[in-house]
Amino acid sequence: MPLIDATGFKQNGFARMTEGCSLPAGDVILPLEKLSTWREEVFSRGDRVGVHLPNTARVDEVWPLLDDVALVSIDFPSFADGRGFSLARGLRQRGFFGVLRAFGPLIADQMRHALGCGFDEVETPEAVIVRQPISQWRAALETITLRYQRGAGNGLSILDRRRAAREMGHRRFHSGLALARE
Amino acid sequence: MYRYDEFDSRFVRERVREFRAQVERRLDGSLTEDEFKPLRLQNGLYLQLHAYMLRIAIPYGTLSSRQLRQLALIADRYDRGYGHFTTRQNLQFNWPKLKDVPDILDLLADVEMHAIQTSGNCIRNVTADHFAGVAADEVEDPRPTAELIRQWSSLHPEFSFLPRKFKIAVTGAEHDRAAIKAHDIGLRILRRPGTGEIGYEVIVGGGLGRTPMIGKVVREFLPRADLLSFLEAIMRVYNLEGRRDNKFKARVKILVHEIGAEEFRRRVEQEFAALDGPSVNADPEEVKRIAAYFAPPPYEELPERSVKLSIAKAAHRDFARFVETNVFAHRVPGYAAVTISLKPIGGVPGDATSEQMRIIAELAERYSFGEIRVTYMQNLVLPHVRNDELFALWEALDAAELATANASLVTDIISCPGLDYCSLATARSIPIAQSLSRRFADGARQREIGPLGIKISGCINACGHHHIGNIGILGLEKNGAEYYQLTLGGDATENAALGERLGPGLAAEEVPDAVEKIVNVYLQERSVGEEFIATYRRLGIAPFRQAFEKGVEGDQHAAH
Ligand code: HEM
Ligand code: SF4
Repeated sequence: MPLIDATGFKQNGFARMTEGCSLPAGDVILPLEKLSTWREEVFSRGDRVGVHLPNTARVDEVWPLLDDVALVSIDFPSFADGRGFSLARGLRQRGFFGVLRAFGPLIADQMRHALGCGFDEVETPEAVIVRQPISQWRAALETITLRYQRGAGNGLSILDRRRAAREMGHRRFHSGLALARE
Repeated sequence: MYRYDEFDSRFVRERVREFRAQVERRLDGSLTEDEFKPLRLQNGLYLQLHAYMLRIAIPYGTLSSRQLRQLALIADRYDRGYGHFTTRQNLQFNWPKLKDVPDILDLLADVEMHAIQTSGNCIRNVTADHFAGVAADEVEDPRPTAELIRQWSSLHPEFSFLPRKFKIAVTGAEHDRAAIKAHDIGLRILRRPGTGEIGYEVIVGGGLGRTPMIGKVVREFLPRADLLSFLEAIMRVYNLEGRRDNKFKARVKILVHEIGAEEFRRRVEQEFAALDGPSVNADPEEVKRIAAYFAPPPYEELPERSVKLSIAKAAHRDFARFVETNVFAHRVPGYAAVTISLKPIGGVPGDATSEQMRIIAELAERYSFGEIRVTYMQNLVLPHVRNDELFALWEALDAAELATANASLVTDIISCPGLDYCSLATARSIPIAQSLSRRFADGARQREIGPLGIKISGCINACGHHHIGNIGILGLEKNGAEYYQLTLGGDATENAALGERLGPGLAAEEVPDAVEKIVNVYLQERSVGEEFIATYRRLGIAPFRQAFEKGVEGDQHAAH
């Protein structure tokens, strides 16, 4: 499936290990239940390990398994099921610094939700991209450039910008005072 | 009143632009109908029985004259010259065309309004006590809190695809006029006993619909500074654990009910403890910035009593009655808050024509610092009127047929649109409201009966709040025939209670007689000065049921 990040299409460096198939070569995304069985073998080859989580996974339970895991892929069974957004934010808050990938039929309009919750990239079915070419994904991000929520995504929130403006104001005010005194 | 800064303005414009593109992408097939649906719902656009319906947010029920005039203009240009005020401090237009909606949103943005999150499975328009800043029993004006929540919840990346809709209400008063216990989250501003510090009581899991529930307290005292991070903790628990297998069990009230309030509370506190609060919460300076917009208007120093008012009351009986029912005491001496009833006898509850909107906008400018409130009772309020000017205001309202003296009385009926507009309805509700209103039209009788809330819904979704009506009426359908189920004893206030079913269903024509019987039992049994709900609590349902059953005995109708 196509992989998209904030700038456009992206090369998918990981292969997924699917039900009933053998371990693929190279960097691999393992299903959660296969993680403990295969991770050492992947590491021993010198490849990177990713894990795919159902959106019912609990941060507390998976956290101890994520040592040295380079990528976490979170399942979105439908675009309207927002559990994955909370799971992603929970992992980021817990301190996961690897790559976070949303996996499922997300639409262009949800790129900002994904990025805002700490995802780096979205892997969505070809069928979605056929209807919503990459230009729409980019346009969606360029349309909504502001958000209120602090601590949700890159860049400054409106509340942070207001704070910065206040601080600028103080500084200007004080440097004004200093100038006046000179 | 809150005014947008450059960020707020840009934000709503960006949202309009996004929605405009979404409409285009729906039309050119980029978005499937399934994909478009939650997007349009999150912008207040429903597909109704006859047409689209656009629901516009009136955050915490506060409007300026300028905004009300703009709504009138939209009603004329894009609708049929009227709008419908709802129980959630929204305004609905029933006849817009899809292609016009982006233009309507731009007109709203011109006056710092929007339709963001007035429906859909997200955090909805935040409501508050309509007497905010007016009521004497207020600890603090709830609107700065509500405005902060409005901003925080708008286009929240994490909470836009929840299991189900999510409604938040805030009150700052002892007497609950915002029905906070019937909301997914209800916040009550209070002072911590002992220290006097201001914070919130947090109530979660209230809601109406097919499984009505009264909310449970999950935090007795939340320090003000922690508000947003605590809300995020609640929302995260709900987003992750709320049921998604059955839309009718997806509200947070079901989660709270299924795992128990204690367990829910434990999970929220655990999530809250894990959150990095300071990275989420608003600065105290930001809270102050918002609060400054709600500073009281420049009141004059006036005497408590107005001679002019006394003289006018003595000279005009109708005016005196209006004052008795529709005027609410103001915390500032010499001022009053005036309810403009949108419940004329035989009218459609909550409807206002564009002409009426313009008149009210004008009167608000002349008499109430240009400010109007929308109440959850589907009425409007002019919040700051000088006692001296009440008579002049009343004359102007009367001339515009806006002086119905029935606030909180038996004809001040809440009703959802029902089968006349709504695609989910199982029965009509507006015509029931109209027939009851006509039955109890006599003003003297209404005043004798005193405060009594009738609330009507056209299906179990309970948009008309029937569960918390003193008399609740629910319209249902069986074998193609509409019938109505009555409940008694519901209460929307701080004594929140759900009504109890009275008996078998009734045909539409039988409803007024049945309500009349209930009222008669009350009139017979009440002790001096006792309101309907108090008599009901004292006596229980039995005497009412007896009278009701006597009435329907022998009646054979399809409705059972
Ligand atoms: C006309 C189109 C409308 C539709 C399709 C609609 C749909 C719904 C649905 C499906 C529910 C039940 C949600 C649930 O239980 O999870 C609901 C509840 C509600 N609606 Fe509406 N509604 C409409 C109009 C209105 C109006 C006009 C009002 C105000 C008068 C309103 C206010 C409410 C309220 C207060 C609730 C109860 C909230 C709760 O369950 O806690 N709605 N609506
Ligand atoms: S209660 Fe039912 S009929 Fe009435 S507006 Fe809500 S969904 Fe429609």
